[in-house]
Amino acid sequence: MADNLPETPLLNELEKGAWPSFVKEIKMAAKRSPMCQDLLGQLEQSYREKIGYWKHGGIVGVMGYGGGVIGRYSALPDKYPKVSHFHTMRINQPAGWYYTSKALRDICDIWEKRGSGLTNMHGSTGDIILLGTTTDQLEPTFEDLSKIDFDIGGSGSDLRTPSCCCGMSRCEWACYDTMALTYDLTMHYQDELHRPAFPYKFKFKMSGCPNDCVASIARADMSIIGTWRDDIQVDQDAVREYADKGLDITSDVVNNCPSKCMDWDGKELHIDNSFCVRCMHCINVMPKALRPGKDRGATILIGSKAPIIEGAFLSSVLFPFIKIEPPYSKIKDTVDKMWDVWCEEGKNRERIGEFIQRVGLGNFLEAIEIDPVPEMVAHPRENPYVFYEEYFEEGDDDEEEEES
Amino acid sequence: MAKSVEEIAEAMFNLVKEAGSQKKLKPMDLTKSMIQMFGDEVDKKICKEAIKQLINSGRCVYTYFGGSFIELPHREGAAND
Ligand code: SF4
Ligand code: SF4
Repeated sequence: MADNLPETPLLNELEKGAWPSFVKEIKMAAKRSPMCQDLLGQLEQSYREKIGYWKHGGIVGVMGYGGGVIGRYSALPDKYPKVSHFHTMRINQPAGWYYTSKALRDICDIWEKRGSGLTNMHGSTGDIILLGTTTDQLEPTFEDLSKIDFDIGGSGSDLRTPSCCCGMSRCEWACYDTMALTYDLTMHYQDELHRPAFPYKFKFKMSGCPNDCVASIARADMSIIGTWRDDIQVDQDAVREYADKGLDITSDVVNNCPSKCMDWDGKELHIDNSFCVRCMHCINVMPKALRPGKDRGATILIGSKAPIIEGAFLSSVLFPFIKIEPPYSKIKDTVDKMWDVWCEEGKNRERIGEFIQRVGLGNFLEAIEIDPVPEMVAHPRENPYVFYEEYFEEGDDDEEEEES
Repeated sequence: MAKSVEEIAEAMFNLVKEAGSQKKLKPMDLTKSMIQMFGDEVDKKICKEAIKQLINSGRCVYTYFGGSFIELPHREGAAND
């Protein structure tokens, strides 16, 4: 079948170099998958003519689900009939992206039988991405995947598949069990994941420490980032060992501390923890000598997103520190209130961060019944005018009227 | 008297049918319309159940055109045979 590969001089350029090449992978798959042969043909034509030849479908899916399938059709179905339908399926990945090799083989076997055989492990959403199948294969694929305990993930205006770093399973910096929280939220919010009911998408991303390996601060409507509230644990002997072995602690650690709260006198490392902003820099440089504190939990932030309607946002603080322990009631209560307000008042395609910006953080906090705290201030004020708003308790007016 | 899931689903279905291709309705639009129509006889929770029933029965489908909507099943413009 390899002989049937179309001529692809432009795509061939992308096989050069020392890095992985998706063209190489598609060509390999094309030896067994006729779909991939036409895919190469259409892609080459797109590169040549600088025109994308995919049409977006908005209806295809599996019965009862409103997300997880992204419809794609070729705009050149007569020329490339094997990719006339080329739908993508998003499959809910296991928390932390752990698989047995058998599970991976089973997924690939299903996809070679039901689709193009091409996967993207993993997409930027975190899901397992299965690329390219036909409408009539969607339900059978879903059934086959269900039999091996996989379910479809989120897409559209729903809760997107929650994702997390590997957390406590592999990483000593994890300040809470990211995988447990991810699993719990995924199971608790199944309805929201599969039945789009929001103004737009909503993402949870869990990172075990401020290194934020899943980049939740830039990509999640709710970023849950592990942190600690006591002092960094310091092993002074290990610090001295680093110095003896040539680490320039002053220049590489102390001078790079963003809050300038460290001091090294050549024998002892001193940290004024009241000024530490938990950036992880010093811990990353001297992992044997420094560790996060023992009183661990997470900072919860809201509102980040990539630029689509408004520009890119980073998350800002909602809870400076909370303990992350099952059954995670405080998180769930807050999320339910946030969704309630956003669903009621949000505009179509308005992310929660944009919604908060439109209505104002003060109004949003009032609606979800959270008191403002200084840590919520994302940056210095831009408005030189100061307004004081008088707040009256209900009944104050009546009293005044009675008095006057 | 509180409305049943079936009654709400029927009223929602009629709204979706009337809207046809003129106006796309989101689940929250349907819920808000039900609250407007039936007042205290419905709440958000039962509306959610009614939407679930509409979708699971196949009478309506979720669609995605820049945002997610609820529509009657139909052949989409982009589809190839
Ligand atoms: S975010 Fe922190 S806890 Fe999670 S894998 Fe990265 S370094 Fe480890
Ligand atoms: S964690 Fe960051 S802010 Fe805190 S002491 Fe270390 S370098 Fe400084």
